[in-house]
Amino acid sequence: MKPTDIKDPEYFHKVVDCQYACPAHTPVPEYIRLIAAERYDDAYMINWESNVFPGVLGRTCDRPCEPACRRGRVEEEPVAICRLKRVAADNKGDVKNRMPQGPFSSNGKKIALIGGGPASLTVARDLAPLGYEIDLYDEWNKGGGMMRTQIPAFRLPEEVLDEEVNYVLDLGIHTHFNHYVESMKNMLTKDYDAIFVGTGAPKGRDLKLPGRESADAHIHIGIEWLAGVAFEHISKVGKKVIVLGGGNTAMDCCRTSRRIGGQDVRVVVRSPFKDMKASPWEIEDAQREDIPILNNMPPKEFVVENGKLKGVLFGHVRAEYDDNGKRKLIPTGEPDTFIEADDVIIAIGQDNAFPWIEKDIGIDFGKWDIPVVDRDTFQSTLPKVFFGGDAAFGPENVITAVAHGHAAAVSIDLYCQNKNLKDRPDPMTNLISQKMGIHEWMYDSGVVDDLRYAVPHEEKKLSLSDRKIEVELGFDKALGFKEAQRCLNCDVQTVFNTSRCIECDACMDVCPTSCITFTNNGEESDLRSRLMAPANDTSQDLYISDILPTERIMVKDENVCLHCGLCAERCPTAAWDMQQFFYNVTKASSGCLVAE
Amino acid sequence: MSFHKPTFAHPELPINKVGYRKKDYEGVISTLCAGCGHDSISASIVQACYEIDLEPHKLAKMSGIGCSSKTPAYFLSNSHGFNSVHGRMPSVTTGANLANKDLTYLGVSGDGDSASIGMGQFVHVARRNLNMTYILMNNGCYGLTKGQDSATADLGSISKSGSENPFQGIDLVGLALELGASFVARSFSGDKSQLVPLIKAALAHPGFAFIDVISPCVTFNNNKGSTKSYDYVRQHIEATSEFDFVPKEQPIKVEYSEGTGKSVTLFDGSTIYLDKLSNNWDPTDRYSAINRIQEGKKKGEIVTGLLYINPESQELHKLLNTVDTPLNKLTEKDLYPGDGILDRINDTFR
Ligand SMILES: Cc1cc2nc3c(=O)[nH]c(=O)nc-3n(C[C@H](O)[C@H](O)[C@H](O)COP(=O)(O)OP(=O)(O)OC[C@H]3O[C@@H](n4cnc5c(N)ncnc54)[C@H](O)[C@@H]3O)c2cc1C
Ligand SMILES: Cc1ncc(C[n+]2csc(CCOP(=O)(O)OP(=O)(O)O)c2C)c(N)n1
Ligand code: SF4
Ligand code: SF4
Ligand code: SF4
Ligand SMILES: [Mg+2]
Repeated sequence: MKPTDIKDPEYFHKVVDCQYACPAHTPVPEYIRLIAAERYDDAYMINWESNVFPGVLGRTCDRPCEPACRRGRVEEEPVAICRLKRVAADNKGDVKNRMPQGPFSSNGKKIALIGGGPASLTVARDLAPLGYEIDLYDEWNKGGGMMRTQIPAFRLPEEVLDEEVNYVLDLGIHTHFNHYVESMKNMLTKDYDAIFVGTGAPKGRDLKLPGRESADAHIHIGIEWLAGVAFEHISKVGKKVIVLGGGNTAMDCCRTSRRIGGQDVRVVVRSPFKDMKASPWEIEDAQREDIPILNNMPPKEFVVENGKLKGVLFGHVRAEYDDNGKRKLIPTGEPDTFIEADDVIIAIGQDNAFPWIEKDIGIDFGKWDIPVVDRDTFQSTLPKVFFGGDAAFGPENVITAVAHGHAAAVSIDLYCQNKNLKDRPDPMTNLISQKMGIHEWMYDSGVVDDLRYAVPHEEKKLSLSDRKIEVELGFDKALGFKEAQRCLNCDVQTVFNTSRCIECDACMDVCPTSCITFTNNGEESDLRSRLMAPANDTSQDLYISDILPTERIMVKDENVCLHCGLCAERCPTAAWDMQQFFYNVTKASSGCLVAE
Repeated sequence: MSFHKPTFAHPELPINKVGYRKKDYEGVISTLCAGCGHDSISASIVQACYEIDLEPHKLAKMSGIGCSSKTPAYFLSNSHGFNSVHGRMPSVTTGANLANKDLTYLGVSGDGDSASIGMGQFVHVARRNLNMTYILMNNGCYGLTKGQDSATADLGSISKSGSENPFQGIDLVGLALELGASFVARSFSGDKSQLVPLIKAALAHPGFAFIDVISPCVTFNNNKGSTKSYDYVRQHIEATSEFDFVPKEQPIKVEYSEGTGKSVTLFDGSTIYLDKLSNNWDPTDRYSAINRIQEGKKKGEIVTGLLYINPESQELHKLLNTVDTPLNKLTEKDLYPGDGILDRINDTFR
């Protein structure tokens, strides 16, 4: 194999598994260390830079970082990355003075953001300080999009959301709330240099079964119903509730029902439990609130008597999977089951919908009413129109919407300067030696054995009594510190200097997880078979040195490196050094400042 | 400085026949100087014991005093151990072995520990063919006491402070051969591919198995002009053979060329394979081994590999014709068969 080019910013970036997996590439280990050091403001600001909504995400993020966390590969569970973010948000002081301070001198460009969710707000955050004049339109009376209309208050208190939405709006954004944009054609006639569409995927799927129409008064579409509850148009539900669907929306619907009158609330999914789309922790939370989840039961009919909903009739199936893992649901022949219900909530998915975008203005749409959007630039087929968030490629989550927002802001900034959108500025990276003394590091290199700490919860009876009482109490400072110490500091890289190595093998001998091997070079698959420990995860890179004096090479399997620094401590010549790698994803504000 | 090794191991470490991972053969984190050759030897011991499926509690690690003699703390934490006084490892091992021959004995020592204060002990343990593996961690100096020249320092070798050694160095390999040792080898801490199979063979060998391992002291004897530095050893090393050790019941995968190959089957059914790189030398012939070493010395080579093995080795218990039961397991009943029998024996002398 060829020697590894560690100058390529993506090489070390990939070693920081959590940061790499985070759509917005939040510098996770850096903020975790700051939390351990009780530097909550700094930890918050690192997050705010990257993901704009640390307080929101520290409670609600889908956390793609956690399954990626290296700790999950060497012990049972990953670091509680998401809930640590909340520790920073909960304990910070006044951080507003550390954010860009307006008024910003105008650069003469004006842009419109349609939709006030996380995608649009991120574009606003990145572009306002560069002097753009920004108009934001949303149909509701406040910003936040689905973070406000969908995520229930018992998971995300309104004050937390308001605070973080306002940090953005206070950058001098002109808001047009209670303003549903009816026509894109009309928008295009205004004097905007660019338009960003962040309108989400606002259409909840319906279920056309017998009885649907006649029982309409007691059958609700999940996302509409949740928005109704959030805006207090709905304050009650029947005692017996059935929620149809197995995703996170279903979990929010059943848990909300438990708080506004539902006593006998059940979730019914048509396929096996293990195929449910909801995050495991959301399922757990629902079960903890005494909500049974019945599986393998497709609904057949809304049973109506005297014009009134009586309940739902379900069939029974079992799942079979073919060789490609494709699932088929096969009726078992068991008799149908009738479950009584006062209300039924349908939470079986959402779709994009753009009834307000005229089809003849140059914005092309593909399958399922999804616009044709460039994956890198977020530009539509009409050059001045950009899409991001759920509106771009279908429903995802908040952190993805934020990542789209950053990228779209870069594009808009380039577009407004007549630059090539594909010519994107590099991320900002930095590599700093952590050496402090002979064997002392600037980071806490010890590896603790502690298992993952659980986040304390509010007492159940109390939390079920009011939908605004937050269920999770968050880690306090002491627990936060302990959990933070579990982080392996994967951003502190092992950097090898071939010319210094005297091939004493000390590093190979000391490595607790057998990452390092000195051996003869070969093809990757051959090399992988000859290392000190199995190296079967090909998604994890091998770090390859230049040829050493004995004709061998140093090979390090990055997979389960604990970043403990022992290799560097045991190296007599400092051929290994521990260096902190900082990676800051390209943003409009950092990468391509507009002419002063 | 870290004094604790993380407890986490690679999650997919293979398990050997007796149910252990290599990690289970490790010791606590080393406090020797970073880069010390002795640490590589410790790692080779770990590797060898794991590979021959030795149960850690069936091994006793024995040592004297010195950096080298500290290493038993850094391997096989779950084995027995005895850290004796300076130079006295051989006699303590002899006592232990006589008491309980069921354990495998692995002694480690330094060149100071063996060739100076412990020379008398070394000589006798070799000639008695005690069933043990004796690893000499040879760095040509007294590492622990800050690097004074030892008795194995070569004539003319330059110390870190710049002085030239005016004395002839003792070659314990030559001495062991003279004394009738039944397994004699030399290796280099920086060559695990040779050292690990040598240790495996030595542990299987019934009798005194001596391995002189050149093991650079990075701190006091790795300077220019030293004949025990990493660079010097790498430039002058001359392997006598490609070497492999195959324990009983493990498939043989060595291939060697016609004429140069040699295999030696040990008492327990395991096999040593040698693909000789030197002519005029037969590893089962003591005198050809002595000649080969002298020849190398003349050319300034450091001759390594398994230099001599006596396939018919009779270890001390055989020579003394002791009973099969380890002596420490003999009960009063075994040792005192009763007045009747005693009288009968006495009668035979009347
Ligand atoms: C029940 C539920 C729970 C969820 N929970 C989580 C969670 O815990 N964690 C997580 O990460 N994600 C969660 N999500 C997903 C997340 O809310 C979305 O992925 C995210 O908000 C998408 O952001 P966005 O900026 O693309 O648009 P949105 O947040 O959808 O915002 C779009 C806004 O535009 C408005 N709008 C639409 N059309 C127009 C128009 N023509 N004119 C004016 N305004 C318009 C909409 O009303 C809305 O306010 C959840 C989703 C649902 C449905
Ligand atoms: C009886 C006695 N005499 C002297 C010493 C001092 N002493 C400690 S270690 C050592 C020499 C060790 O050299 P070596 O055996 O080569 O071990 P190394 O440290 O080089 O590995 C000496 C002389 C001692 N500990 N005990
Ligand atoms: S251990 Fe820490 S740095 Fe490493 S992947 Fe997990 S959270 Fe990230
Ligand atoms: S930091 Fe070095 S010693 Fe520690 S696990 Fe990684 S490679 Fe091994
Ligand atoms: S410890 Fe240092 S000098 Fe020794 S082999 Fe490793 S990198 Fe090379
Ligand atoms: Mg010594």
